[in-house]
Amino acid sequence: MREMSFAGAIEDALAQAMAKDSRIVVMGEDVHMLRVNLFARFGKDRVRSTPISEAAFLGAAVAAAMAGLKPVAEIMMVDFIAVAVDALLNHAAKLERFSGGNWKAPVVVRTACGGGYGDGGQHEQCLWGWLAHIPGLAVVVPSTPADAGALMLSALEHDGPVVYLEHKLLADYWLDYLGAGGRKSVSFDVPAAGAKGPVPDQWESVPWGKAVIRKDGSDLTIASLGVSVHRASEAAEDLAKEGIAAEVIDLRSVAPLDIEAISDSVAKTARLMVVDEDYKEFGLSGEIAAQLLERGLSFRYGRVCTEDTVPYARHLEDEALPSRGRIVQAARTLMSQRKP
Amino acid sequence: MEPDLFMLYRQMLRSRLFEEAVMELWNEGRISGEMHLAIGEEAICPGVCTQLRDGDALALDHRGTPPLVMRGVSLVLLLKEFLGSPDGLCRGWGGHMHLFAPERLTASSGIVGAAGPTAVGFALAHQHLRAGAVAVAFFGDGAANQGMLMEAMNLASAWKLPAIFVCKDNQWAITTRSASVTGGDLVARAASFGMPAVEVDGMDAVAVWKTAATAIARARTGEGPSFIKGCCLRSEGHFLGDPLVRVARHPISEITEIAPPLIKAVGKFSGTTLAARAESLMKITELIGTTVKEQYLVKDDPLKRLRDTLGAQKKECEQIEEQCRREILQAVEDALPGR
Ligand SMILES: Cc1ncc(C[n+]2csc(CCOP(=O)(O)OP(=O)(O)O)c2C)c(N)n1
Ligand SMILES: [Mg+2]
Repeated sequence: MREMSFAGAIEDALAQAMAKDSRIVVMGEDVHMLRVNLFARFGKDRVRSTPISEAAFLGAAVAAAMAGLKPVAEIMMVDFIAVAVDALLNHAAKLERFSGGNWKAPVVVRTACGGGYGDGGQHEQCLWGWLAHIPGLAVVVPSTPADAGALMLSALEHDGPVVYLEHKLLADYWLDYLGAGGRKSVSFDVPAAGAKGPVPDQWESVPWGKAVIRKDGSDLTIASLGVSVHRASEAAEDLAKEGIAAEVIDLRSVAPLDIEAISDSVAKTARLMVVDEDYKEFGLSGEIAAQLLERGLSFRYGRVCTEDTVPYARHLEDEALPSRGRIVQAARTLMSQRKP
Repeated sequence: MEPDLFMLYRQMLRSRLFEEAVMELWNEGRISGEMHLAIGEEAICPGVCTQLRDGDALALDHRGTPPLVMRGVSLVLLLKEFLGSPDGLCRGWGGHMHLFAPERLTASSGIVGAAGPTAVGFALAHQHLRAGAVAVAFFGDGAANQGMLMEAMNLASAWKLPAIFVCKDNQWAITTRSASVTGGDLVARAASFGMPAVEVDGMDAVAVWKTAATAIARARTGEGPSFIKGCCLRSEGHFLGDPLVRVARHPISEITEIAPPLIKAVGKFSGTTLAARAESLMKITELIGTTVKEQYLVKDDPLKRLRDTLGAQKKECEQIEEQCRREILQAVEDALPGR
């Protein structure tokens, strides 16, 4: 076991994979600096800096994957994927079906997401539910260094397109780059267990589309992902003091969604809360409820999500994003309702 | 036509002093997130903005503070917005990358290239609703490679819209030298869309003003769009805390942080050839070298240049300087009483 930062783990796992497989090529804006260690070790042909032409290089990454390369295309922040989403929506995600299963595009789209540092609504979105809505697209969201490295390998091993989302509050270099800018005069609520933690000596992938239980409990199921997993775990500590045992599930993958794991837990607790930093309506939180209902489960349901555009002002942003306080509040409400 | 040099000087100075005040507040931790200043770009914005009038529109990128200052948006509202106040220009919802002033038809976007289609849309509305009004897009050299911006130039040309595309070329897109990721020449590229495209000295406010006057006149009379590109030099880099600027300014502390993992990575057994690894390191060294040069060796400053031009009129200049200083101090005091 080693200790590593969230960002360090991604880089370490990626380097391990790149050393083994020369078809892996990283491309994106500023990668010669953002991935300077990979750039120095693997050279400019495998760590390629691009112009600000996302539609072109993401579209090209998809086709390069079709032609045998294994591109890791970086969209600096997931918000910016909007200008290039056609490559995923109409091409990468459709290819397997359109070709009758004969052709796939194993491209990894690595992109930073999430808020908590005051950049505002065009730079702090999550959008994983929006992306996972598209059939044929896998979407993964690690919440710990160990998962960050392992899921990068899983994504690289997957035979279709994967969006790999890296939360900026967990990745120290992003937070310094965008939030602190070298200042000591600002601070952020960084979940310690997400930003740094134990990782294996040799990276191995994790099973595709499998959630993990971060904390056992029998009163209430909290399903979450990314930074919100840590907020939920903190809230679960508060709830424990009130005699409420919450089970915290880290989804890790939005698509495929491990509905089995959620279903097993809810069958036990009959209460589900989804904590999702992505938008509330028409997204992951509603989808989980719908799938459980389709399975015939009866349960009380609540959710803590981002409900509107993320505001710029830090105090407004704190209220808008899922927080320990909001989760505790929602859990109390849920617990006050009789089990169905 | 000749510009009023004092007016240009005043607008440039207001913008400079305002952004310096913003920098201080940001350093104090009162402003959150990224902060992209336009210090060094001041010759380009006023050369265009001082010729705009009511009804004209502006489409701005992530570096939109100076055009708003020059268009007369309240400095206090701007500051309060940056401070995240509910009384800010956008009630604390936008921040410095997302500034909107509907009464001046001015919209910003943090999405690189978005200024293109936005200006085209404003210009289209002008064509129907406000004959004689123009729409200006300000964007960077990096944005010039964004598809939607190129499409927007074509659309403006095909529809003969009253749009002016202004590229502020600092030769950088964050840490990427634009030349290394750009095919061909941006002026020739714009010209190929069938519009007048001009390169102007982006550090010379008077030259920009004259070039802009031609483009604006052309747009006002319904003859269609133009493209102007000016090169400039930004001392604060991409944003406050720019990693390359940090290395240039604090080489010892920054390099001790970057070097260990870098040396470890370069020394790994598997990877590319030694020559290619050396080339990567050379490239990083070169980028740092260019930044150091821009920080310490190049002394060109658009504000100083105009001040030198005005050299003989010392009294008038000093009066403007005093007025601007007082205006900015007052704005900070009003936004943050008793700081
Ligand atoms: C679509 C999109 N891609 C990437 C980014 C990240 N980004 C913000 S500013 C910037 C560089 C812009 O360079 P340029 O247009 O030259 O403007 P400058 O910052 O130099 O003024 C990049 C890549 C973004 N905001 N939007
Ligand atoms: Mg630039």
